[in-house]
Amino acid sequence: MYTQALDTHGKEAAGGAEADPQVARFQARIDAEEKIEPKDFMPEAYRQTLIRQISQHAHSEIVGMLPEGNWITRAPSLKRKAVLIAKVQDEGGHGMYLYSAAETLGISRAQMFEQLLSGAAKYSSIFNYPTLTWADVGAIGWLVDGAAIMNQIPICRCSYGPYARAMVRICKEESFHQRQGFEIMLTLTQGTYAQRTMAQDALNRWWWPSLMMFGPSDADSKHTAQSMRWKIKRFSNDELRQKFIDITVPQAHFLGLTIPDDELHWDEASQHYHVGPIDWSEFYAVLKGNGPCNRERLEARQRAHEAGRWVREAAAAHAERERIRSMQRASGVAA
Amino acid sequence: MTESDWPLFEVFIRSRSGLEHKHVGSLHAADARMAVEHARDVYTRRQEGVSLWVVRSADIVASDPEEADALFEPARDKVYRHPSFYAIPAEVKNL
Amino acid sequence: MQTETRTDTRTEAQQQQAHCHYVLRLADTSLVLGQRLAEWIGHAPALEEDLALANLSLDLIGQARLLLTYAGELEGQGRDEDALAFLRDAPEFLNLALAEQPNGDFAHTIVRQWLIDAWQLEIYGALEHSSDTRLAAIAAKAIRETRYHYRFSSGWLVRLGDGTAESRQRTQRALDDLWRFTAELFAPDGIDERMSRAGIGASLPELASRWSARVEEDLRAATLTRPATQPFPWHGKRGVHTEHLGHLLGEMQHLQRSYPGARW
Repeated sequence: MYTQALDTHGKEAAGGAEADPQVARFQARIDAEEKIEPKDFMPEAYRQTLIRQISQHAHSEIVGMLPEGNWITRAPSLKRKAVLIAKVQDEGGHGMYLYSAAETLGISRAQMFEQLLSGAAKYSSIFNYPTLTWADVGAIGWLVDGAAIMNQIPICRCSYGPYARAMVRICKEESFHQRQGFEIMLTLTQGTYAQRTMAQDALNRWWWPSLMMFGPSDADSKHTAQSMRWKIKRFSNDELRQKFIDITVPQAHFLGLTIPDDELHWDEASQHYHVGPIDWSEFYAVLKGNGPCNRERLEARQRAHEAGRWVREAAAAHAERERIRSMQRASGVAA
Repeated sequence: MTESDWPLFEVFIRSRSGLEHKHVGSLHAADARMAVEHARDVYTRRQEGVSLWVVRSADIVASDPEEADALFEPARDKVYRHPSFYAIPAEVKNL
Repeated sequence: MQTETRTDTRTEAQQQQAHCHYVLRLADTSLVLGQRLAEWIGHAPALEEDLALANLSLDLIGQARLLLTYAGELEGQGRDEDALAFLRDAPEFLNLALAEQPNGDFAHTIVRQWLIDAWQLEIYGALEHSSDTRLAAIAAKAIRETRYHYRFSSGWLVRLGDGTAESRQRTQRALDDLWRFTAELFAPDGIDERMSRAGIGASLPELASRWSARVEEDLRAATLTRPATQPFPWHGKRGVHTEHLGHLLGEMQHLQRSYPGARW
């Protein structure tokens, strides 16, 4: 759900390999919209790009459980509490589908988790922002899920089978996430003055980070072309961002909220909303680890992982003992 | 088995009676009982399950894509296994 | 004649209140336990456990919502599930004191869960045959969930008890810490007896030995020792709680208390 266009290309040589007939056959399959499955031939660069993209996507889901999870115990009604738990549970589930898709490419869950906890792996920068009020929960559902859905639907048709199938599953489950967020915002804007103010404040803080979820302009990204050729990426960052803006601005107007952008205006000629300049320095700072909550998010996951070590060990030890016992029973030896 | 590598299990679900089990993904669990519970928690949150199979990934034997020709090409030659090989007069019903 | 009518009305009112409180006890236990489990989300030992605990929490909150709504109707003062959940103070909560105990480590959470799951199996099992058809229907739905919860918690009890030396130590410790709260589970009071006589509520003494036998069997499989029975000074069922409930409610109720009358 929390896809973000992150630069997933590494140092592997990507170009010049088309001379190899195997690679040429591989590209021909992709051009013909065939799906690549785990045991099919694939260039090493394709495999590594996918491992990075899928695992980053999975990490985003897992870390994404935290900002919203922050409000579960304080949800203001039982219905909202139940819906929020279900949403966060879905996010965990999505992370699991994605880790499982990545594992088909030859990396283990333990390795990916290690990369996340050590800070080596990237994840969607949006989750490094704090959720300060209940309205933030609404804003995340409305804006962040909205942006994520836009990023995600094209991936349902990506060339790698397990990733595409995981995304289809995820997209099917997404439908209520954005609606519940918008409904929270609607209830707030139709509520007391304090609630309306809360909603506007949340929009003020989440609007720009949501636009940044689509990643920098493709003109600034040298890898977009290769990802497009491999059908891992199907639309440009700018295209998706513009679509999101055009859909969301009228929703904000419906809510009676003001987008925090003095330069926002409808351009009759292009039939699009134009936004003011995005502060990419903030984006890169957050991506580098200097966002408001980067440290807290990682520490939370690290603590949970460490605190849970004895539990995982116990389960493994018990399973091993049971395995031996059942072997002994099978061979007639007294346990 | 160390704490960091609960084995991988593949999950198959039959969502409705009459359908076959379909592969839906994988998960980690320390033992088979846990694997079934995890599969139920992860893959049937929207009641998509009448029957669940979990199989250790290591126990699955898969055909090799490299051998696809040897395994599957001969079948393509055997046209007589396909209904279209036989010419039945149009007047004959139910065949 | 008039005296009799007044007595009848008072008896009827008492019966109605007992009925309401009986349902509230079940509701509050599920609500408080569900809230405790929700605290784990995002912090569990493995991602799979995050989902499992969230699933348990959702089930319990679902039970609480059905039971609170019914209790509100029985009370007849127009309080809905949220009014009851968010606007009562600790002395009015009637949950088992065991449910409000803090999560502690995973062993504490599992032991608490297993003890209450085994209890709910007996209680909901009996209530499926309640003369109160609304309560029977809720119990019939809840017990299906409880069977799964019990499978989860008893499975983990055995893994932790019969796992590593550390896990057994932690789990025995959790058992020793929480055992004193089990005295309340099957100790009947006036309300239990009144409801049992009316065919509405479960007869606790009958269920106690079944619970005890099941608990013994699980402890044996988990290679754990049953702690000695201890007297118990708290009675969550009567609104006499431990200090933990106040903090739990403070967090849970904060928004509704800060913005009185607002719709969410």
